[in-house]
Amino acid sequence: MSRITYREAVKAGLREALIGDPHVFLMGEDVGRYGGAYACSKGFLEEFGPERIRDTPLCESTFVGAGIGAALGGMRPIVEVMTVNFSLLALDQIVNNAATLRHMSGGQFSVPLVVRMATGGGRQLAAQHSHSLEVWYAHVPGIQVVAPATVTDARHMLGLALREPDPVFIFEHALLYPMEGELDESPPADLLHAAIRRPGNDVTVVTYGGSLWKCLQAAETLAKSGVEAEVIDLRSLRPLDMPTVLASVARTHRAVIVDEGWKTCSLAAEISAGIMEGGFYDLDAPVARVCSIEAPMPYAKHLEDAALPQPEGIVSAVMNLVGRHV
Amino acid sequence: MNALETPRRAAPIDRQHALDLLYEMKRIRRFEEKCAELYSAGHIRGFLHLYIGEEAVAVGALRALTPDDAVVSTYREHGHALVRGVPAGAVMAEMYGKANGCSRGRGGSMHLFDAGRRLYGGNAIVGGGLPLAAGLALADRMQNRPVVTACFFGDGAVAEGEFHESMNLAALWKLPVLFLCENNRYAMGTALERHQAQTDIQAKAAGYGVPAAAVDGMDVLAVEEAARTAVSIVRAGGPFLLEARTYRFRAHSMYDAELYRPKEEVEQWKQRDPIRLFETRLLAEAILTPEDIAALEVRAAADVAEAVAFAEAGPWEPVEDLTRDVYTPRAGDSSGRPGLNTAAASDADKRRPRP
Repeated sequence: MSRITYREAVKAGLREALIGDPHVFLMGEDVGRYGGAYACSKGFLEEFGPERIRDTPLCESTFVGAGIGAALGGMRPIVEVMTVNFSLLALDQIVNNAATLRHMSGGQFSVPLVVRMATGGGRQLAAQHSHSLEVWYAHVPGIQVVAPATVTDARHMLGLALREPDPVFIFEHALLYPMEGELDESPPADLLHAAIRRPGNDVTVVTYGGSLWKCLQAAETLAKSGVEAEVIDLRSLRPLDMPTVLASVARTHRAVIVDEGWKTCSLAAEISAGIMEGGFYDLDAPVARVCSIEAPMPYAKHLEDAALPQPEGIVSAVMNLVGRHV
Repeated sequence: MNALETPRRAAPIDRQHALDLLYEMKRIRRFEEKCAELYSAGHIRGFLHLYIGEEAVAVGALRALTPDDAVVSTYREHGHALVRGVPAGAVMAEMYGKANGCSRGRGGSMHLFDAGRRLYGGNAIVGGGLPLAAGLALADRMQNRPVVTACFFGDGAVAEGEFHESMNLAALWKLPVLFLCENNRYAMGTALERHQAQTDIQAKAAGYGVPAAAVDGMDVLAVEEAARTAVSIVRAGGPFLLEARTYRFRAHSMYDAELYRPKEEVEQWKQRDPIRLFETRLLAEAILTPEDIAALEVRAAADVAEAVAFAEAGPWEPVEDLTRDVYTPRAGDSSGRPGLNTAAASDADKRRPRP
């Protein structure tokens, strides 16, 4: 095992992809000379050259669309969008083209495109740089959506995504880039399966991305009160690994979903519905959700902290379910 | 360069060439007249956008391409698909929604695709095809393929950000894209003067350092010549904007009451019907005889009848295959979907009494 930052892990994954396949190229805003907004491609321009490390103009719709076209044309593009908020400018290309071309053409084309973007709050960047909108993408059939939460997934999910024949969207929580972690020697087997990051028998806590670490922190607090939480990292947001969630709920009989998106129409809502459909009779208590407060993300630190899911809120949601109080 | 001002070339028109061009235009016209009829009869549904009046653009422009070149089109693309070589039967079957359609009945009139002929749609989001064309051209260039991508769009698309972004990106990266604006003067029901401050569309290219020209879109020979010149410039290494000035004789779609343009205007443009203009010239110059033209009519009618028969005889896609091709089939997974993507299994079989 070696310690590595999430940023270094993403960078190592990108570098491996670029070395491994001459059809792979990276494009996006400031990926080249600047080295990437989050420094994930620092030094790549020098190493791989401007043909494969392409700085784009600020035109999300067109450079994502060009990624789709290049994928149709036999290349293996990795498109970096600076943040999920900016990706809304490319929603037309993603929803109307990337996700539809295979089905709409009767199976004549595949779009082997990978799009990476930063997501999430916690950096006092206010209401246009902080939201968790990955559920918007998870809603759309025809694409896959993943969220690496650990350095090992940050290192390997890109390589797995590049093996998929269809568009894959990778959401990297921006708070995780400087996080250090142990790199697992064995890479994950696939993109599809959720991972149990902490076993437990009293409650199932389902989460993904940046919220994983808050959930694990909450689980430690809960353990001191004798409540053992099983923490599931979804890893894939589309498709959802409901069998793993349901198997856990069948053992714990309680579920809390922690999701940095807003509660209304959230991934948490989808997972809750999936538990109702597939595990209703296993439940000893209603499913609970811990999500962001339904307001645009505020700038002031105390307000932003209050808007986002926090370990304390997760602890109290679990305690409510198990009928105890801290 | 402005091809509108190019004097008519003096060289005589080759007879076979004339027959080919005229036949292609007639075939599109008859095909679409049949579509309108079949729409009224309920065999074709959804949106149906007819190209009648604009045939010279597809017929002239696509002549300048090779089979290795790529084509990105719009939702008014029956003519493009036919000229590109998609069999008329497969196009008609697609409009019927049949499994023998060129998109297996998933696309309909607005989404005709043909991978083998490098026809990448049939794109019904105005402006949405332009970034795809830039990307296709990028892929060709990065793989050292000496081909071009022709991207059709209408005057309405010029108002979309993607037009400007794609022109800029293609110029910046010297991508081999022929931007081909079919200016039929209306963005659905909004006249060019009502949606553009600068109505000279080809002039916009200067802002991106892209060479451009406008051509009389009712003159098939002029379109062909302008397209050949444009394609040679694109092949040499960079984009070109060709604006074909044309006119749609029929309504925007089958639901359009045409309240936005005077009937006299339509009648005036019909005086410049590209098929009639070409026929008149060919007869005047004694290149074709009235018998030649009558023979083409018979052939076009037979082709359309054959296409309809092919569509009528086609099977319906089984409903069980509805989700086929949402994802590409993976090895070992016949469903063609990444695993786990189904709704959670029903819980009914493990119903247990509440404690």
